[in-house]
Amino acid sequence: MGGWLILTVLVLIGLYLVFAYNSLVRLRNEVDNSWRQIDVQLKRRHDLIPNLVEAVKGYMQFERDTLTQVVEARGRAIAAPTQGARLEAENQLTAGLGRLLAVMENYPQLKSDQNVLQLQEQLTTTENQLAFARQAYNDVVLQLNTRVETFPTNIIASNFGFKAADYFKAAPEEQALPKVDLSLGAPGAPAQRQ
Amino acid sequence: MPQGHADFRELERANRRDTGMLVVVFLALFCALGFGLDILVGALKIANGRLTGFPVLTIAALIIGSVQALISYYGGGALVLMSAHARALMPDSPKHQMVLDVVREMALAARMPVPRAYVINDPAPNAFATGRDPAHSVICVTQGLIDEMDREELQGVIGHEMAHIRDFDIRTMMMIAVLVGGVAMLADFVLRWSFYGGFGGRSGGRDRGDSEAGAIIVILVFVLAILAPLFSQLIAMAVSREREYLADASSVEFTRNPRALLRALEHIAQTESPLSNATRGIAHLFIVNPLEGAGESGEGFFDNLLSTHPPLPRRIARLHALLGEQATSAATGAAHS
Repeated sequence: MGGWLILTVLVLIGLYLVFAYNSLVRLRNEVDNSWRQIDVQLKRRHDLIPNLVEAVKGYMQFERDTLTQVVEARGRAIAAPTQGARLEAENQLTAGLGRLLAVMENYPQLKSDQNVLQLQEQLTTTENQLAFARQAYNDVVLQLNTRVETFPTNIIASNFGFKAADYFKAAPEEQALPKVDLSLGAPGAPAQRQ
Repeated sequence: MPQGHADFRELERANRRDTGMLVVVFLALFCALGFGLDILVGALKIANGRLTGFPVLTIAALIIGSVQALISYYGGGALVLMSAHARALMPDSPKHQMVLDVVREMALAARMPVPRAYVINDPAPNAFATGRDPAHSVICVTQGLIDEMDREELQGVIGHEMAHIRDFDIRTMMMIAVLVGGVAMLADFVLRWSFYGGFGGRSGGRDRGDSEAGAIIVILVFVLAILAPLFSQLIAMAVSREREYLADASSVEFTRNPRALLRALEHIAQTESPLSNATRGIAHLFIVNPLEGAGESGEGFFDNLLSTHPPLPRRIARLHALLGEQATSAATGAAHS
């Protein structure tokens, strides 16, 4: 009788271990996938910018500085040698794009150009998707870290090499922008700009 | 229900717990009626304080209900779209392109595959989601929604629909429908059977104690059969309303912006008009009750009990509370992920 009880308990513990381990694996994979999603959006953004700059340049001769900043930040992001440099360039690019999209509001002629409107929408949605990709990444990192740190899954986590992941933090420059903040936490802001 | 000082995560947790409790109550009701009926027809017997036998009718009702549910589960999405005359949403105008983009944005925030987008030719602003799981799901909007809402409001509405898909609400409501149908079937059976006097002689040949117990059971089952259909409807509607509140909270989880859905609901509250293509069967799938017009939002107690959706003013109030909560924690500098 006692033997059966011990066996049942062992089986239950075993099942729990399997379940907990698998959930850790699933979360870690989701974290990786979410990070890749961010990459996808960043790349999309790089591809869209030259077209947009080309299309609006004719209308916005007085905004040369803004346009140049965007183009240069993009160049730095693509050519960045380290992850840290890349991150910084991307954050500057986000800030620059925010300024550009805001400034475009001052040029009503732009609204009559279908090409520009289409590019503007593509860029707006890419910025939104980037913000949501970062948010999704942070959300799933939160889930993973909670699993890795709380009892009893922390025992399994440390034994099998699961570590807490780093959150994606917005750069100070992004947070300085009042209305056109496209960084973490305000994906709804672009609504002002349609 | 937690009010006031709750953030969207706490609201979601509370909602899921309440839904679970309602389902448990529902199952208990179903079993009570089913087993009672089985006892009466002799499929189940009480001997020496234990139940023996096989609850044939309870199982039969469950099986029939499940078959019905499976049929609508697999074919239901297409059926709903057809009955609403929906067509695929194409990027044939800047606004349509924007709607498709918003669907993609919300799918990213929800960490789900991108649902297919459909549109109904109706001026009333509304939306619904259908499909058996996130990989096979559809979000359908009305032309009215596309025309009336700006990007922020669309994010709120589509986030709400995305939440229904993520939380398997379509599946949950289908299970509830099985139980409602099953209860109706059992109750119907009881009333028909007793109408034809079927319960009298079943326990023939027993001693006095048994036939007294038998009589009590007959009365109990009879009362249950009369009340159960009403109770099951009330429970089903309560579950539906809980899921609506949950989808509202989850929409905020995706957008991190209570103002998005809040503005959309306030906008809809002003322009509310009945949807011409909606039938009672699919009413519960929409973001606001499509069968009610403006000024008929039925604030009365009984209106609320039998409604698939919570009253708009209350949904708006909860979103205001979330907005206040967000403002407070932003002001105190708390990290808001």
